[in-house]
Amino acid sequence: MNLSVLLWGIPQAMRAVSKIYPEYAARLKERDLVAQFRLRDRPDGRWIQLKGGKIITKKGLHDNPDLTISFKNKEIAESFLTPPLDRLEQIDAAKNFKITLDGPDDLAVWFMSTLARMETVTWKSGTDMGNGVTRYTNGTNGGPIFVYVKDGKIIRTTPMDFDNEDAPSWSITAKGKTFTPPRRTSLAAHGMCQKSMVYSKNRLLYPMKRVDFDPDGNRNIQNRGKSGFERISWEEALDIVEKEIRRAKAVGPGAICVANGSHHQWGNLGHYLSAFNRFWNLIGVTKLVHNPDSWEGWYWGAMHHWGNSLRLGCPEFYGTVEDCLKEAEMIVFWSSDPDASYGFDGTERRAWAKELGIKMVHIDPYLNHTAAHLGGKWISPRPGTDAALAQALCHVWITEGLYDKEFIEKRTTGFDEWKAYILGQSDGTPKTPEWQEGETGVPARDVRALAREWGRKKTYLGAGGWGVGVGGACRGAMGAQWARMMAILGAMQGFGRPGVNFGNLQFGAPLDFNFYFPGYAEGSFSGDLQYSANSANNYQRMPHIVTMSSVKQAIPRIWFPEAIMHGKAMGYLTDVASVQGQFFPFGYPSPGHVPVEMLYKYGSASFGTMVNANRWVQMYQHENLKFVVNQSVWKEGETTYSDIILPACTVFEHWDIGEWYNVGAGYVHHMYSMNNHRVISLQHKCIEPLGESKSDYDIFLAISERLGLGAVYSEGGATELDWCKRVFESSDMAKHMSWRKFLKKGYFVVPPDPELARAPTAHRWFYEGRKKDTPEPYPLPSDYVGSFGEGLQTPSGKFEFVAQTLKRFDDPDRPPLNKYMPTYEDPKREPELAGFPLRLVSPHSRYPFHLMGDDEGSSVRDIREHRVFKDGHYYLVARISREDAEARDIKDDDLIRLWNHRGSVVCAAQVTDRLRPGTVSASTASAEYRPAGEPGKSTDLGGCVNMLNPSKAITKKSHGIRPNATLIQVEKWTGVDTWQPGEVA
Amino acid sequence: MASKWNLIVDVEKCDNCRVCFLAVKDEYIGNDFPGYSAAQPAQGHNWLEIQRKERGRYPLVEARFMPVMCNHCDDAPCMKAAQNGAVRKREDGIVIIDPEKAKGQKQIVEACPYGAISWNEEKQIPQAWTFDAHLLDAGWTRTRAEQACPTGVFRGVKVEDEEMKRISEEEGLEVLQPELGTRPRIWYKNLHLMTHCFVGGSVVMDVDGVEECAAGAEVRVSKDGQEAGRAITDEFGEWKVDRLAPDSGRYEVEVSGKAGRHSLQFELGADSLYLGVMKLA
Repeated sequence: MNLSVLLWGIPQAMRAVSKIYPEYAARLKERDLVAQFRLRDRPDGRWIQLKGGKIITKKGLHDNPDLTISFKNKEIAESFLTPPLDRLEQIDAAKNFKITLDGPDDLAVWFMSTLARMETVTWKSGTDMGNGVTRYTNGTNGGPIFVYVKDGKIIRTTPMDFDNEDAPSWSITAKGKTFTPPRRTSLAAHGMCQKSMVYSKNRLLYPMKRVDFDPDGNRNIQNRGKSGFERISWEEALDIVEKEIRRAKAVGPGAICVANGSHHQWGNLGHYLSAFNRFWNLIGVTKLVHNPDSWEGWYWGAMHHWGNSLRLGCPEFYGTVEDCLKEAEMIVFWSSDPDASYGFDGTERRAWAKELGIKMVHIDPYLNHTAAHLGGKWISPRPGTDAALAQALCHVWITEGLYDKEFIEKRTTGFDEWKAYILGQSDGTPKTPEWQEGETGVPARDVRALAREWGRKKTYLGAGGWGVGVGGACRGAMGAQWARMMAILGAMQGFGRPGVNFGNLQFGAPLDFNFYFPGYAEGSFSGDLQYSANSANNYQRMPHIVTMSSVKQAIPRIWFPEAIMHGKAMGYLTDVASVQGQFFPFGYPSPGHVPVEMLYKYGSASFGTMVNANRWVQMYQHENLKFVVNQSVWKEGETTYSDIILPACTVFEHWDIGEWYNVGAGYVHHMYSMNNHRVISLQHKCIEPLGESKSDYDIFLAISERLGLGAVYSEGGATELDWCKRVFESSDMAKHMSWRKFLKKGYFVVPPDPELARAPTAHRWFYEGRKKDTPEPYPLPSDYVGSFGEGLQTPSGKFEFVAQTLKRFDDPDRPPLNKYMPTYEDPKREPELAGFPLRLVSPHSRYPFHLMGDDEGSSVRDIREHRVFKDGHYYLVARISREDAEARDIKDDDLIRLWNHRGSVVCAAQVTDRLRPGTVSASTASAEYRPAGEPGKSTDLGGCVNMLNPSKAITKKSHGIRPNATLIQVEKWTGVDTWQPGEVA
Repeated sequence: MASKWNLIVDVEKCDNCRVCFLAVKDEYIGNDFPGYSAAQPAQGHNWLEIQRKERGRYPLVEARFMPVMCNHCDDAPCMKAAQNGAVRKREDGIVIIDPEKAKGQKQIVEACPYGAISWNEEKQIPQAWTFDAHLLDAGWTRTRAEQACPTGVFRGVKVEDEEMKRISEEEGLEVLQPELGTRPRIWYKNLHLMTHCFVGGSVVMDVDGVEECAAGAEVRVSKDGQEAGRAITDEFGEWKVDRLAPDSGRYEVEVSGKAGRHSLQFELGADSLYLGVMKLA
């Protein structure tokens, strides 16, 4: 289209839209300006003046425009402006300087955004339910939901029921019965409490400043967490933040450190891997490198036997729901509680397994939620000793010939050495069921019975919460040893054989794994090719500008307090690309970088989720940390350990988009196979942000504009709604549903594959000696020792009973042959533990998601298996065995103190027979930190049980936690706090 | 005869996931439904609660859960206690505590033998779960709890009382504390999991000097010579006999298997019993 026509058309269109849409007319009144479009190679163009909402425009050049948009030449301008707009052309023009913008950054963002709104203002969203009620959709970490809104207020949220337009559901026929999932989504508790979280009394609604923080005078760092806060304006808050960013940048590269939690509210845009990373890449910051904290033992241990680096050492799962239901006769759940935190679609499938008479065995010191619901045999080893039980199973299998000899011969290496170890030929100790009884406390007869059942029946091993890893014993003191044993047990039974595999029906539903919709870890508009999965698909699918930080300094997250307080912290990388990537050390300080002075904390979870968390409390009051911003939705544990608080809004108050449990390429690849349906939801902006809170995107945009980065950050004024559309257009969904329909309906169910086209069963290719045929793009081509697609990601291409990659690295806690080592958390190794007789397991929580949902205003707090209301406060529940409780005269709901030399935490007792005596179980689920005395040095009444857990690495040369076998003492809480750090019993 | 609402709750299917509990809070907190209910306080009121019961002793133990709420009794004690007609029975069986008329009537809370009515301190009114009557009247076909429950615990049925009687007999449904004569409209399936006891044990045997689990052994539990239950031990030698009445006194157990026999007596108290290891000889 001709340029002069195009430019003439812009103000005409603005006038037309403002006549029909009052909100657009109002927008035009926000600013007075002269914006000019012009060509760079000749004096030709058009200017548009906005004055009190009126549009004045003229062909030619203006003497004194506020804003100038220059095109290199007429061809480029025409190509850029002609509808339908070609994003790739636009990005190309912007990043190669074919189009440039001159003028104040905030004005540029406003004007470009105003142009874009000519289209978005015409969009209609939500479903009219009558009576003034609109039904919107949204997404949560607990599942997608319908949101009913009336008069600008959320009145209810529900799981989604599908309608007849939605794609049909799959079915599986097994053992003469046909199963089809219900036509709806299921929700976890932390998805069902969202309305109470939105309207929580604990919301941060205004920017705030610590009363005794003076950026130009005394900062009173030692008072973080103690002093109160006062409300300030956004203007003042952003002034301080801007000034401190400029100050820290002048100190040198790495002076600003940013810290996000492991999770965020659901949504591809607002996620830390997106809005947050894009912004900080533009600033340049020291990053906290996360350890694989829900995978530890799989990553540092099991990976060396079979590769699977893409999955942090965990096995693949395709087709396992169908194979398990059709073929398996038994499922062994080992440290496996899938009903704990991820919705209940898998629960439905396990009910089918029960209906089919598939036997269930549960191995866990706690008769966990799944075990209690399903029933079956419960075996309860002492925490941290599971590997001994597993080795005794191997002993029975070897001595009684109950293993897959053909698989061992053709697909594995090192079995003879393993066999000699198990039989005691190499170390003099046969790993018999009687031997293990001394370690685990499990009767030898039960182990023999289990080994025989397992050896004779086609058995699925559900190892970890998802059956294919995650949580539980993998992050126990001997988590690497345990996860390695899980892989070894699978190999001895020939994983991939029909009915023999990994899983507990939580993963592996028969969905379409080829249909593209990006997961949140694909970074949406982050442009970050290094710290997200952006480059896998998203970067090609949704053209956008790359962002990259010039600062290379990184700190291992577990030892962040040590880095700040002692100036040094070394760790090892989490790398999904290769096995040997985990041997790479990194640390702080990094060469040529400066010490961290400023922390920008995103969310407030650390005191509840970080091990030995008193260190974190102390860090916040350390003089080395000169400035702390906390950007959060709720006032939680560490929010007030800051100088400035910026109030973010919930996902219900801004636009976003996402698919249920789609994390993304390389991040729990195809995680949505947990669900019975793939459900993509538009996350409508259901209500306006409460108080003065803003979306993370808008907060970062506001700071960007002060630093001249607004147009870059927002890619020329794009709003979150614009980005939603771009994400939508980048996906396969755009071929199935129009954007306008999606805006109204709000969700889309991806049709499942026809039965013949379903993904092949996990590991069957390996079992049968074929090329890999499951739909995951790993190992990388360079990691196959033979031909592409043949064998596992190990030096031999086979399953290695003796791990060769561990022979290339010297870690005393990870010998190449996985010999049994008693737990580290042991008075024999650490004499100060002698007076602590009980073992604490602190699993992932069931009701909050980690600690999202435990907010002080949340409905979740009334769940008496989570917290108990007593003396005006909700205390976190700690489960204690009847025997241990009686010995201490503890009754249900009594306040008890869990303590050791690291920390002291008051909980409410739940006396139970569901625990092996000697064990205490309390979830890492507290969003509240409430010190009885001096912060970081006294008893916590909030329930941050991670205060008790060690911060030592899971193996000597690694960066992993080991919270699940901690030694503690328990006593009735007297109400008087005398605990001191380092106190021993 | 008019068709009336009933809710069937299957104890065996409840996983204590708490989604129903939260769905009810989601519906009533912050929302006034004039003529039906005033808003529930943000915290502390559990109009639908889930009772927890552990059965047995380590290591043979079960955890059972039972959602409880206003029973919408046909002979409701709260109605009798109410003044000014503050509690009314609808034609469809639903009991409504009028949020206006019930103001100040704390005796309504105390009248409920099930403890299902909460006192709203701020508004000075008694409050209970309304069977989501405002939603049913607006065309919803299920209650919030039933819509949200992922494991199929709830089944709302609107039928004539005669038909409900047939269903309850056919499916073995029970109501809570029928001896009170309140005639609840909430019916429970598998209620014995909350109200009755099991007894169980682990049977072992000696095989060439090694202790092994005794699978396939026959277990007979009897009382005063009458059989109270039978079981066959599983691969781990474990057995259970369920549905024994609590505090029902002395029983005998006889186990017989390939490796021999074992017998003992036990006294059944209020709770389920794990009899420990029983060796065949």
